[in-house]
Amino acid sequence: MTTNLTVNGAPVETEAPGMRRLIDLLREDLGLTGTKEGCGEGECGACTVLLDGAPVLSCLVPVCQVGGTDVRTVEGLTPVAPGGVTLGVLQQAFLETGGAQCGICTPGMLMAGEAFLASGLEPTDDAIREAIAGNLCRCTGYTKIIDAIRLASEREGVRRGAA
Amino acid sequence: MPVEPPVVSPASLTDAFAILREQPHRPVAGGTDLLVQLTGEIGPAPDRVIDLWRLDELRGVGVHGDAIELGALTTYTDIRRSPICREHLPALVEAAATIGATQIQNRGTIGGNVMNASPAGDTLPVLLALDAVLVVGGADGEREVAAAEFWPAYRRTAARPDELLLRVRVPLGAGREQRFRKVGTRRAQAISKVVVAAAWRGTDTWQDVRLALGSVAATPVRVREAEAALEGRPRTLGSVEAAVDALGAAINPIDDVRSTAAYRREAARRVVRRLLAESLEHA
Amino acid sequence: MTIETPARAIPARSPAPTRGVAVPLRREGPAKLTGTALYTDDLVFPGAWYGATIRSTDAHATLLGIDLDPGFPWDRVVVVTADDIPGKNVVASIAADQPILVPVGGEIRHQAEPVALIAAPDRDTLREAKRRVTLRTQPLPPVYDPLESEIVFAHYDLGRGDVDAALATADVVVEGTYRVGHQEQLYIENNAMIALPRDDGGITVHGSLQCPYYVHRALIAGMALDDAHVQVVQAETGGGFGGKEEYPSMIALHAALLARRTGKPVRMIYDRHEDLSATTKRHPAVIRHRTGLTRDGRIIAQDIDLVLDGGAYTTLTPVVLSRATIHAGGPYDVANVRIRSRAVMTNTPPNGAFRGFGAPQSEFAAEMQVNRAAERLGISPLELRRRNVYRAGGTTPTQQVLGVDVAGLDVLERAAEASGFERTREQTASARAARRPGARTARGIGLALAWHGAGFTGSGEEKMGSVASLEITGDGEIRILTASTEMGQGTKTIFPQLVAAELEIAYEDVVMAPQDTSFVPDSGPTVASRTAMVVGGLLVHAARRLRAEVEGRTGRPFGLSWRDDAREHGPTRIDEQFLPYPGRHFDDDTYTGDAYPSFGWAAAVAEVEVDLDTAEVAVLRVVAADDVGRVIHPVLCEGQVEGGTLQAVGYATIEEIKLLDGRYLNDRLQTYLIPTSLDAPRLETILVEARFEDAPHGAKGVGELPMDVGAPAVVAAIHDAVGAWIHDLPATPERILAAIAGIEPPGPPGVSAVSSRSDVVPPQPTSDAA
Repeated sequence: MTTNLTVNGAPVETEAPGMRRLIDLLREDLGLTGTKEGCGEGECGACTVLLDGAPVLSCLVPVCQVGGTDVRTVEGLTPVAPGGVTLGVLQQAFLETGGAQCGICTPGMLMAGEAFLASGLEPTDDAIREAIAGNLCRCTGYTKIIDAIRLASEREGVRRGAA
Repeated sequence: MPVEPPVVSPASLTDAFAILREQPHRPVAGGTDLLVQLTGEIGPAPDRVIDLWRLDELRGVGVHGDAIELGALTTYTDIRRSPICREHLPALVEAAATIGATQIQNRGTIGGNVMNASPAGDTLPVLLALDAVLVVGGADGEREVAAAEFWPAYRRTAARPDELLLRVRVPLGAGREQRFRKVGTRRAQAISKVVVAAAWRGTDTWQDVRLALGSVAATPVRVREAEAALEGRPRTLGSVEAAVDALGAAINPIDDVRSTAAYRREAARRVVRRLLAESLEHA
Repeated sequence: MTIETPARAIPARSPAPTRGVAVPLRREGPAKLTGTALYTDDLVFPGAWYGATIRSTDAHATLLGIDLDPGFPWDRVVVVTADDIPGKNVVASIAADQPILVPVGGEIRHQAEPVALIAAPDRDTLREAKRRVTLRTQPLPPVYDPLESEIVFAHYDLGRGDVDAALATADVVVEGTYRVGHQEQLYIENNAMIALPRDDGGITVHGSLQCPYYVHRALIAGMALDDAHVQVVQAETGGGFGGKEEYPSMIALHAALLARRTGKPVRMIYDRHEDLSATTKRHPAVIRHRTGLTRDGRIIAQDIDLVLDGGAYTTLTPVVLSRATIHAGGPYDVANVRIRSRAVMTNTPPNGAFRGFGAPQSEFAAEMQVNRAAERLGISPLELRRRNVYRAGGTTPTQQVLGVDVAGLDVLERAAEASGFERTREQTASARAARRPGARTARGIGLALAWHGAGFTGSGEEKMGSVASLEITGDGEIRILTASTEMGQGTKTIFPQLVAAELEIAYEDVVMAPQDTSFVPDSGPTVASRTAMVVGGLLVHAARRLRAEVEGRTGRPFGLSWRDDAREHGPTRIDEQFLPYPGRHFDDDTYTGDAYPSFGWAAAVAEVEVDLDTAEVAVLRVVAADDVGRVIHPVLCEGQVEGGTLQAVGYATIEEIKLLDGRYLNDRLQTYLIPTSLDAPRLETILVEARFEDAPHGAKGVGELPMDVGAPAVVAAIHDAVGAWIHDLPATPERILAAIAGIEPPGPPGVSAVSSRSDVVPPQPTSDAA
């Protein structure tokens, strides 16, 4: 059975079994290994991707439910500028604040952060903490991740305000 | 045998009923329970699966007559955002907010919570406390089962294999107070140690009291002994203490990997006392 | 006294901590942030097979046989048993006791013990094959309680003065027994190894690991290969915390055995369940104290008895015990000390390295004693510490005389001041006094202080003789060659930073060679908070030598001349080997002398709110002051303190492993819980800099320090809130409610229940999502 979807803006047609996990489609069939598997049980959030803009756990979504959807992964966060790959606002903020240490939770954390930025919510400490509560990090104590999302939110706000 | 079982994705409820009449299938809605069972390490691996996600007939929250109806595919995020739920079902909104975190709430459904029938299912005590009715259906038509009759044994439901849960109906319940409290190991992504939902009417006396608990027995339970200790009695600390004592004697929780029987019993008593006593202060 | 007034207080919660601070950005950050960093499971090797491990399900038994179901087509897979091991059937470590695979006729010592291996071309076949293997065993009586075990892996007996006489004269003697359970490192990337067979009969392994040369040596021994035929390459590694120090050797051996048999690359990628079930944890411990004090708060005697549960095999347990023992008294100058310790075997999976390496266990007990003594004496816990904390020139239980880089008092005062400790303590005390029955919540504040020996214990570093290299390559690059791994802590950033600063060139001009044993020297394992201090120090020395050599040839400053020198003179390489710090000696036989070249110092103040109905604990805020010697990179350094502090908060509150018949029950992420962002306190970090003058750059270590103080601070805060001392870790709501409501307490942490006499049921497959 054929499933059609878009991944990071590009059309994808797959014959993967309907109960194949979205994470396996992404990592193994499409070679998008930026999305990580930390538990396979929906507990750690490392496999978070955006499905039609909403953060979901790609280890818990079957391919039969992604037909016609738009999936966004960490690879899709990275703007390709004329001079090559650059970092987006959120990625740059993580780099500056120290929000990424070992990096394994980072792709999922970025997707949760991206959804938070898109939500337009005030970047309060509590709101950011709730937005990333489904993403476990063992390195940072979360402080610098929260700093990064707040910083990106401020910069996005500046950008939006200026536009 | 590949780990992925065959799956069929019907486009309508009628098709779904026909498929289920042919052969039993494990339903998948938001997938947050079923997908972890594919390898067979956690619960039995499904042989074949029916995907309900496209059945838009099972979505939506609305007021129908004197009840609120939630389609089985209503997600926890839908519940948290629904103005109807926020106005009429605050305990359910609170329960939805305690489940997993954003990612789980975006996919997990109330129908899945009901049909998964876990004794720790966080919305289930709320449905018990609010006298919810579960509407199931199949090729032979629909039928209604009271929440109090819906979970007869550990991980069992009153639905037949060829039936699906269609919607959850909750009486509007004018003047009904409702409370919810989950005790978990941490503040997100936690399976409960104890869940308490309570509902009642009345200002001077306790009326239509419902006390329902999760994670203290093989199924979510109403504690009728404690309800009886309150029903018709004056709303005083004395009646609350009688209910707490009745509750402590009636429940029989277990030691497991998450908590101890002694803790569950004592925490349940204290949470129930708190929820009821606070309502006296605020009355 | 400290030699240097703390130079820098970094505002912990500035919106962008790097603004205005000239530190380089994380070297591998962009790759991690774009999803292009390649972790082991991201590596593609065409034609690779998948490997799996058949494990014991007995805690203690004799293996009688391995039965393969004749109904399965075994020609589609490869099965490896102990008979197929070409070298020694032992995972090389301190003792040669842990087999790679238990042989038929051999002894199974724990529930997750590897017995056989299978490889298959696809995962479905592999899964089915695994199901068709059964083990025949003859059960043997297990030992679960470390206090009942008679098999001792290591023991120490050290101290000074006359403890018995001092206790007899003490005004107050405080006694206590403390038990702490297992803790899982819970790196978010599970253990993973891929082995590739080579045409020359050798093996190349790519994996998630901390210590390339540990794996390298294990492969040489187990596969009967020489150095040239083994290559270990670290892939990007998603966290370690000590958990990828030992077990990767086992997994690499397994993958290598399968690769050798199949002739194909073999992927051994653990899932979370296998990783939690089988790999090493922090040692459970039982620690008994008797502390004698004078009425005015001088600690005059400590009598300490410490037992570590090593689990089934020796692993690194003797070294963990050594650090636990030396730190057991806490950071206090006490004239009469006796510390007796032992590590014993139980029939549970082996325990091993985890951030802190024995010190978090023993210092938890030490700090509990000090806090309880303060209560007994009616002296503030802050004041009691002021009166006893080591000063420069203090003498430790190993007779080490501390140098001038002692910052115990400094970190104590800084943390107390920044947190408003005394003021808040007065408020919580009056709130406690005024609390009416039926109150819903209670707040508390708690303090703890710790020391942590920087680098290896005793003569470890001297024996290892690590080498770090720096070269100007033929390609005109300045390249660092070390086996020190990046696991998130910042190795790949601070090494180029240190070298660039020394050579006065741009950070970007210094590159890191990959952590590949085929061309980097053995700079030692990435453990013991030694990377910045020891290996970083070697690189600074190497840079000085390189600079002198190049400037000697060119007569011009290095930054202006090194490229010309490379063109004219060709490559230059400096190999810098560790030399003992001057004047430091440790005697392994008498266990006396300079146990560490320097100590780091840490204080933490925790504030909690306890729900008085359920005893749930919310840790609201932790102020941490850590002396790390010179701060090389403030952002990375703060990150270490913050992350370590949260691991300590988890250790204190929720992280627990229950066992049944020697098997971990919390063996999935559904049941082993670590703090989420909503559970994490507001973390405020104060970096204190008491330079370690024998290191050329003044750095001590940072990784482990915060792990030592968090738990006792949180438990003290819980006591301040509810008035009960919780002696066992974690201080779960179950234990707290037992203390304040008199209900039945849970069993001791870390000790296995036995199914025949326990009503603990196995974990139910419950999940609360739809």
